[in-house]
Amino acid sequence: MSHRHHHHHHHDHDHHHDNRYSDMEARVKALETVLTEKGLIDPAAIDAIVETYETKVGPRNGARVVAKAWADAAFADWLSRDATAAIASLGYTGRQGEHMRAVFNRPGVHNLVVCTLCSCYPWAVLGLPPVWYKAPAYRSRAVMDPRGVLIEFGVTLPEETAVRVWDSTAELRYLVVPERPAGTEGWSEERLADLVTRDSMIGTGLALSPEGRA
Amino acid sequence: MNGPHDLGGFQGFGPVRPEPNEPYFHAEWERRALGVVLSAGAMGHWTIDESRHARECIPPASYLSASYYEIWIRALEVLLERHGFASREEMDRGVKLQDGTEPKRVLKADMVPAVLAKGGPCDRPVSAPAAFKPGDRVRTRNMNPTGHNRLPRYAKGKVGVIEAVQGGFVFPDSNAHGGGEQPEWVYTVVFTAPELWGEGADPRQTVSIDAWESYLERL
Repeated sequence: MSHRHHHHHHHDHDHHHDNRYSDMEARVKALETVLTEKGLIDPAAIDAIVETYETKVGPRNGARVVAKAWADAAFADWLSRDATAAIASLGYTGRQGEHMRAVFNRPGVHNLVVCTLCSCYPWAVLGLPPVWYKAPAYRSRAVMDPRGVLIEFGVTLPEETAVRVWDSTAELRYLVVPERPAGTEGWSEERLADLVTRDSMIGTGLALSPEGRA
Repeated sequence: MNGPHDLGGFQGFGPVRPEPNEPYFHAEWERRALGVVLSAGAMGHWTIDESRHARECIPPASYLSASYYEIWIRALEVLLERHGFASREEMDRGVKLQDGTEPKRVLKADMVPAVLAKGGPCDRPVSAPAAFKPGDRVRTRNMNPTGHNRLPRYAKGKVGVIEAVQGGFVFPDSNAHGGGEQPEWVYTVVFTAPELWGEGADPRQTVSIDAWESYLERL
């Protein structure tokens, strides 16, 4: 029964979504057209922005930061003290990564990042945020029921684990450094980076295990 | 303001629905929306704080049923009209009907890599020493200003501990309304879940916010 209900609800939602989406298509087209005609924006700049976030700036950046922190204790220490500088040393700087802070998971401590007030997200290391990160369900519940939210992501934390939620209410952007999976001793940074998912750097997931990857 | 954006602790939105292998964009207009919003912002006529406030001023029923790119576009239209760049009629019809404000600059494709790589740092020197240090107990003020403010409702009038001093930053409450940057110290303040949520809250859970100094009172 609950499945049926769920399906029905989902269908209605999609239908609504479709209408709203076609309205937005016309609205954004009109806006881009008039702003271009007025010489306020350049469509080629829009192409360049989109290309940047579709092909260059994404969670692979953050995965390299985490992998280096796992492999290099001095880098991990730097990352914990001055995340902005440590991350910039790998070439990741700029918009929505100007002021970074890294928070480290360890046995008994799990970190989770949210922006309850808008959609603040560390673009320079994770790219554009997923829809759920910007949507009311996550923003409302991450601060009140983080364990329940994590279960919806397939992560069940031990009861004794302390959950630390970081609400990005100012200009600091948070990167979670997940725990390094067991069985990865001696791995190269490149190989380690393949285990670091976007969600593990938001705190809604864990790093993949070597078996999970294989 | 206590607007629709201030969602922490709001109930009834149902489960989070992660989308496996989610694409960055779900429609072509979302790509254009991202680029239009960033390009218009790069003209340099409003601050990120004014943008955020325009988003939170969207009427609650619209805000809560909109996708995030729609929220961005609705707010951008308000900003463009407010700053004299385009009229409602021009934006509805998609045609130029009159001249508007001259932009300070126009973002061209060749400028994009440098502009995105530079970002918009908002740390600023503050002449007064920081009032609080790590370990200090503070209470957030119980205040309900009608303008822009970054103290979430769920964390008003609550007792927490200063976890870190983050430096001086532009003060959004003034900067969103043309009142200048007026930088203040920003602190990470940690609250226990029982302090925020009361009965039945997980004693091992904490929530932190980043708070400007004038949001805080010494205990």
